[in-house]
Amino acid sequence: MTSTIARKGGPGLDPGHPPAPSLRGRRRPGEALAKLALRIAAAVTVVTTLGIVVALLVPSLGFFAEVPLGDFLFGDRWAPRFADASFGVLPLVTATLWTTVIALAVAVPLGLGAAILLSEYAGPRLRKVLKPLLEILAGVPTVVYGFFALQFVQSTVLREWLQLPTGAFSVLAAGLVMGVMIIPTIASISEDAMSAVPQALRQGSAALGANRMQTTLRVVFPAAFSGIVAAVVLGISRAVGETMIVAIAAGNQAVIVTDPLQQGQTMTGFIANAALGDSRVGSLEYDTLFAVGLLLFCITLAINAISIALVRRFREAY
Amino acid sequence: MTTLQSAIRGIRPLTGRGGERRAGPVVFLILLWLSLVIAFGVLATLIVTIVLDGMPQFTSRLFTEYPDSSPDEAGARPAILGSIWVIVTTAVMTVPLGIAAAVHLEEFADRRRWFNRLVELNVQNLAAVPSIVYGLLALAFLSLLGVENKNIVIGGALALSLLILPVVIIATREALRAVPAEIRDGSLALGATPLQTTWRQTLPAAVPGIATGTILALSRALGEAAPLLVLGALVFVSFDPNGLLSGYTTLPIQIFGWTGRPQEGFHELAAATSVLLLGVLLAMNAVAILIRNRFQKRW
Repeated sequence: MTSTIARKGGPGLDPGHPPAPSLRGRRRPGEALAKLALRIAAAVTVVTTLGIVVALLVPSLGFFAEVPLGDFLFGDRWAPRFADASFGVLPLVTATLWTTVIALAVAVPLGLGAAILLSEYAGPRLRKVLKPLLEILAGVPTVVYGFFALQFVQSTVLREWLQLPTGAFSVLAAGLVMGVMIIPTIASISEDAMSAVPQALRQGSAALGANRMQTTLRVVFPAAFSGIVAAVVLGISRAVGETMIVAIAAGNQAVIVTDPLQQGQTMTGFIANAALGDSRVGSLEYDTLFAVGLLLFCITLAINAISIALVRRFREAY
Repeated sequence: MTTLQSAIRGIRPLTGRGGERRAGPVVFLILLWLSLVIAFGVLATLIVTIVLDGMPQFTSRLFTEYPDSSPDEAGARPAILGSIWVIVTTAVMTVPLGIAAAVHLEEFADRRRWFNRLVELNVQNLAAVPSIVYGLLALAFLSLLGVENKNIVIGGALALSLLILPVVIIATREALRAVPAEIRDGSLALGATPLQTTWRQTLPAAVPGIATGTILALSRALGEAAPLLVLGALVFVSFDPNGLLSGYTTLPIQIFGWTGRPQEGFHELAAATSVLLLGVLLAMNAVAILIRNRFQKRW
């Protein structure tokens, strides 16, 4: 009797018949090449970081060979272009601190308010309208925000309407408008975090008799805290690094800022302004740009590291 | 019995809204609405004031004329062309690179390897680097190559490319992650290799998400001025940029330049150019949102 079912061949099972076709497919050198190309693309991001570090470090080392690190970090007079040049970075840092704090004072409450409204109160239809509208705020170019800060907020609102004793520029106007710019960042990330809180927690809270405000503040908010912290920290790093608004509206006098109605120059504002002048490669002036850039890079990197650590620390597992 | 009845009488009636009508929650809700109203109020004020400021100068001259020392003769033609050159170059450099990096991280990378974890952490950090630092990076890179004139299209595009690369990678990864595993499994089960599966099934399915993220990233690059400022793009350009090595200026830089001039006429020109730039960016954002709402499938 011969079997009608084709049998598996191969030397071990059925001598004389050809071996079973391998299911592993043929070798494809093209595939390996394509995968290598993909890997190289991913490696470009690491190269970029290394590039940033090297690009900032090399001229900065030239700078710190002439200016002691202590004088740079703790000096309170910033006058790199004067005959008796002084390189104390504190004036730039105070201005940056002021604009950041003012921006956060605007962006954190408004951003969180918008996020709570969108995630806890708005129905799906309302959310579909409001969210893209909020995203438009994020799409406005910063140079336009800067123009608005200078022409409207500073000269019309602060000086004409409120009669505040301020000059042509102020840290306050730049900070306020920067806050508006950051609202969508904080709103959209914390909205994501709050929407990710499981419905069961809200239902449990409601079943215990809590109203929606209590549920939001005592259940959803703590549960989404890690995401909210991440949103705020990202807002901080955007405020520290924002350039055009402060370059246009905050002024360019590098003095220690003690009053928000004063003008002041931030770290980014200095880089933007100094780059306008033609500084020769290798000159101390050119190196100064990179020293301030390095400080800016280190600060934002530190903020980001804190954010990642905080998110890990406060992460709630459901 | 009486104690039970008095106890029942003591319970406040449960109106379905669970105390939402009390003062506290109402004030809270008003505050929430207020925060949204303030945000939109500022947006509306910004648009209205800029349109009002720019109206007198928003004429066809803006599109056809070169910058001039008199605001009534000046236009933004070189800036418009410069923006187009820089953005197209940026797109050509970033989009394939970003998508390839995202595909590697999402589809092929072994997350247990230190190198891939490093890349992931690095992309996260790169997204938080201030844009002006990318300008410094491009500046240092060009002087390393010995380029004398830093204000060239390819230099600006390089800075903007690196700036939006993390954005494109993150958006593409999210789009790829949203493609269900069954589609990949089905393709693999039919004998396709992992690369064929990615190229013919996963990537096409993720195209709407990738397109949305890429358009948003490019619109960010189009509005960005800080890195280009560092590269020296604030110059008086009175010719049409015509190549990768050509000098250029862009719309945001032109706005910045005009904002800094003392004459009122230049401020009107800055406002008019802002209206143009805002119009283009809103159109790009609208297209992105449209793609997301219309073509994004839910599995």
